[in-house]
Amino acid sequence: MHNPLRSEADAFKWFVMVLGGAISVGGLAALTRPLVGLIWGALLIGAGGAIAYRQSRGRIPEDMPLTRGGDGRHRLLVVANETVGGEALISEIGRRCQGRDCEILVITPALAASRADHWASAIDEAIVLARQRMELSVIEIEQRLDRRATGEIGDSDPNVAIADALRVFPADEIVISTHPPQSSRWLERGVVDRARAEIDLPVTHVVVDLAAEDAGGPAVGKA
Amino acid sequence: MESATVTLDHPHEDHHHGPPEANQSSRIDRQTLGILLFIVSEIMLFGAFFAAYFFLRVVVDPPNWPPDPYELPVAVAFVNTCILVSSSFTIHYALEAIRKGNHAGLKLGLALTWLLGATFLFIQINEYAHIGFSARDLGFGSIFYSLTGLHGAHVFVGLLLLSFANIRAFRGHYGPEAENHLGVEVPGIYWHFVDVMWIVVFLTVYVL
Repeated sequence: MHNPLRSEADAFKWFVMVLGGAISVGGLAALTRPLVGLIWGALLIGAGGAIAYRQSRGRIPEDMPLTRGGDGRHRLLVVANETVGGEALISEIGRRCQGRDCEILVITPALAASRADHWASAIDEAIVLARQRMELSVIEIEQRLDRRATGEIGDSDPNVAIADALRVFPADEIVISTHPPQSSRWLERGVVDRARAEIDLPVTHVVVDLAAEDAGGPAVGKA
Repeated sequence: MESATVTLDHPHEDHHHGPPEANQSSRIDRQTLGILLFIVSEIMLFGAFFAAYFFLRVVVDPPNWPPDPYELPVAVAFVNTCILVSSSFTIHYALEAIRKGNHAGLKLGLALTWLLGATFLFIQINEYAHIGFSARDLGFGSIFYSLTGLHGAHVFVGLLLLSFANIRAFRGHYGPEAENHLGVEVPGIYWHFVDVMWIVVFLTVYVL
């Protein structure tokens, strides 16, 4: 999630919007009745709130170049947090890279413990945890799959993290790993659907059931 | 990447002692976050005053607003509003100038902003002196002085911040890089907030 008010330029933009709205409210109130202006003002405030919310969600710019290699190398963008070391994910990466010169970038969003932590930027601990998981995962990919892999910590919003990664990594396809539907916050927030809707690249969703893996069961699958 | 980027190519900090290094992982620097949180608290403060205003006006519902025989100097307030609104454009000009490395533009924009803000405050104090009622005259007088006075206090604080920014600008402290003009960026955000609040105060108290 983006803060829609991140700089003086953003503040100025909002100032101009408020000024325009205020002129319309004042004009309407002068032409009709103060109550009409008040109602119009309330509607504008609601619209402003909606715009702020929409902007805070962020989206991938339409002019973002989604390059497709061209050097014969297959580039795989993997997005995972707690499931980053899951067996199902590693297997899927192996399948995707089979018979290809594959380059893998693992993005691990640093997830704030709460919305308050997110807004207060208190995600130092989350970054440390995400980095630990990501590093172990990259080592495992390199050792088990014998593939070249790098890792980065991404934005706490997985879709923003994907957008950020695509700016520097010309992925050919994306793999998003989540917990099973009943326990996945990413699925609840529609991370995978949104990625499929916004990105013109194949998006594979891998479900990792860590509890089943810990129990030694085979309950892993691909959604 | 907007958040902290960690790659395996980086050396591990095996010899690091003490707490982990502070990072700015959440896409916003601390100073800007600080002023934003401050502004959020200020919005709540203004909200309380607006609630009192609307309580008096809607719930108490006097036959006329402003109550007879009081009148508000709407024309003077409108001119004052134009002055304050202009100051948002000048401070934005100052920021745009320094982003392009134009120090003369920065100084001009900041100086104009300060002058416009000071003029606003001077006119408002002058308005108080000639308005013909005091804060002790009915709830109307109390809430009028409370709302406009609260805003005036914020303008005063903004002028202090702008004074520091002006002094530093004329000493050549700022540069085009974002981290080199935070001392203007942060007062700029605050100043826009002060202007937005005045627009709301003007609309509410003088127009509607």
